[in-house]
Amino acid sequence: MAIVGRFEIESRQYLDLHGRALEPVPAAAREPQLLVGLYRQMVLARSFDQKMLALQRTGQLGTFASGVGKEALDIGVGSAMQRDDVLLPTYRETTLQLARGVSMLELLLYWGGDERGSDFAVPRGDFPVCITIAAHCCHAVGVAYAIKLRQQARVAVCVLGDGGTSKGEFHEALNGAGTWRLPLVFVVANNQWAISVPRKVQSAAATLAQKGIAAGIPSIQVDGNDLIAVREVALEAMARARSGGGPTLVEALTYRLSDHTTADDATRYRNADEVAEAWQREPIGRLRNYLLELGAWNKAEEEALLKSCNEQVQAAAQAYLDHPAPSPAQMFDHLHAALPAAWSAQREAAMARKTADAAGHAG
Amino acid sequence: MPQVTLVEAVNMALTRAMSEDAGVVVLGEDVGVDGGVFRATLGLLERFGPQRVIDTPLAEQLITGMAIGMAVEGLKPVAEIQFSGFAYICIDQVLNHAGRMRHRTQGRLSCPMVLRTPCGAGIHPPEHHSESPDAMFAHVPGIRVVYPSSPRRAYGLLLAAIRDPDPVVFLEPTRLYRLFKEEVDDDAKALTLDTCFTLREGSDITLVAWGAMVHDTLQAAQRLEQEGVFAEVIDVATLRPLDMDTILASVAKTGRCVIVTEAARSGSFAAEIAANLAEHGLLSLFAPIARVAAYDVVVPLSRLENVYLPDTERILAAVRKCLAFG
Repeated sequence: MAIVGRFEIESRQYLDLHGRALEPVPAAAREPQLLVGLYRQMVLARSFDQKMLALQRTGQLGTFASGVGKEALDIGVGSAMQRDDVLLPTYRETTLQLARGVSMLELLLYWGGDERGSDFAVPRGDFPVCITIAAHCCHAVGVAYAIKLRQQARVAVCVLGDGGTSKGEFHEALNGAGTWRLPLVFVVANNQWAISVPRKVQSAAATLAQKGIAAGIPSIQVDGNDLIAVREVALEAMARARSGGGPTLVEALTYRLSDHTTADDATRYRNADEVAEAWQREPIGRLRNYLLELGAWNKAEEEALLKSCNEQVQAAAQAYLDHPAPSPAQMFDHLHAALPAAWSAQREAAMARKTADAAGHAG
Repeated sequence: MPQVTLVEAVNMALTRAMSEDAGVVVLGEDVGVDGGVFRATLGLLERFGPQRVIDTPLAEQLITGMAIGMAVEGLKPVAEIQFSGFAYICIDQVLNHAGRMRHRTQGRLSCPMVLRTPCGAGIHPPEHHSESPDAMFAHVPGIRVVYPSSPRRAYGLLLAAIRDPDPVVFLEPTRLYRLFKEEVDDDAKALTLDTCFTLREGSDITLVAWGAMVHDTLQAAQRLEQEGVFAEVIDVATLRPLDMDTILASVAKTGRCVIVTEAARSGSFAAEIAANLAEHGLLSLFAPIARVAAYDVVVPLSRLENVYLPDTERILAAVRKCLAFG
């Protein structure tokens, strides 16, 4: 008998549950100003998430997929990307989209049922959120292929969930990315739940990271609630991709502290103890403890930050509520570069309907 | 001017498009070294290299999805799905992503890709190699569906599809790939999309067809002419968006219409044309609209393929019934 294959999966963590540093810490851990900046982004993102939920609950926003609990994952990955890289997100990467420069108003418009929300002022090349699970993994292969063909030093970053790793398109994409050694980083945001189906029902694999091994892709697991670790692992993967070293699969462990979406009730399928325990591992308090311990943050700064975040999200929400309703032309004018003559009568018919027919912000 | 088959015309158009635009890439299963199982991509690898002529892993969703990613990133991918029976799994990518990208980003991103696939029955292949998904694709907003029926139209329409700024599903009639040759000038001239082609003028009846059925319909028209009946033959060519103006103008002249499709009858694209005629051309009609289609059954294996497919005799029977009405 001969052993013809072996693998191991490294798991990375730098901050323990209480925010204490585990040795050896990376250089970023010694850069308090950098970390404070990222911490501010995380807190702002959570304020925004809470505002989205409040707007939805009061009938002023459509169905929304909260990203509460994965702020370290999103901000860590976002901070490792460069401006002209390409993000291919799912619907749960609102925080990562914010980190990329998408505005709160745009995100509110999208979740409020207005296509203008995906016409980002920046970044112009990022994909809109992918709703059909893992379809965008294949798009990412095409983006990365184009980047490699043109010999550019850019990277495509494709984020998906634990459920997405069960899909054929994920495996087809991994396989293609490995074959062509593409500048592509897959980030599996493993939040333990795909609506009501828990991670252990999703796959018998010990880690989701190891799914990349079969495709010949370097694969690593990281504590997704540890900003320093996520950023470090993402930077390594991006550097590998940028320097021609090919793709990486990062499995980032986190927990979906929210319902799947506002249309879901997670109490139907998971118990409160598990969620309470998961809150002990959430990422914002952990980083705050580390910064406090480091002397890089204090209570007054925290209070000022919360106040500022509140003001920013209130202003964005007001701008959204004041935004004019979309014209019926929105349905037709970007269907093709120019509307084919066959549908000009339909456009006229839609335009003739009263603008009052356009639904309000509740969608 | 060279005499070429339809599949050679496809190859000429691909070669031309790749020569004139470095952003055009070809991808699919066996498109490289093998030149495609029908040889549509023959010689492209040698001429343009493996970066632009891409043998992919055996994965149709990847082929379609990565074409979308390439197109959004600014390339002009021409993806080949080896047989249309394998293209059903790609409908999700075409419908949910290719057809929506420009719209859902309000013009920020676009998806200028072509998805080529051989289409239709009549070459006695194994199972799943004879499908006609034209109506399924023609139901998808945001894409064009183009289906040539001769070498010249294959050349000109494929160039147009590749140059189009939006996604095009390009169906190639497998049965016509090598059935006849035609002079095709490699002049880089595209034909117009979104328009029907009137192949034969006539005053007595309008025959509407697309893909391989155009060939049988033209034969029927020739037979009719010998009997003193002058049929106008229209090749739809672009199924989506549909040029009803040409068809309505013809029916206003002839007052009779037979629509020919090799797809299963119910819900076929013939129904869409018939419905439009009923809505907008009813008062021109002297007789009920007739559809000649395949039966509402699974495409049979090769022994019964010719019984399943409409042929000249079935077209003629429908025409005679239509002419005799009233």
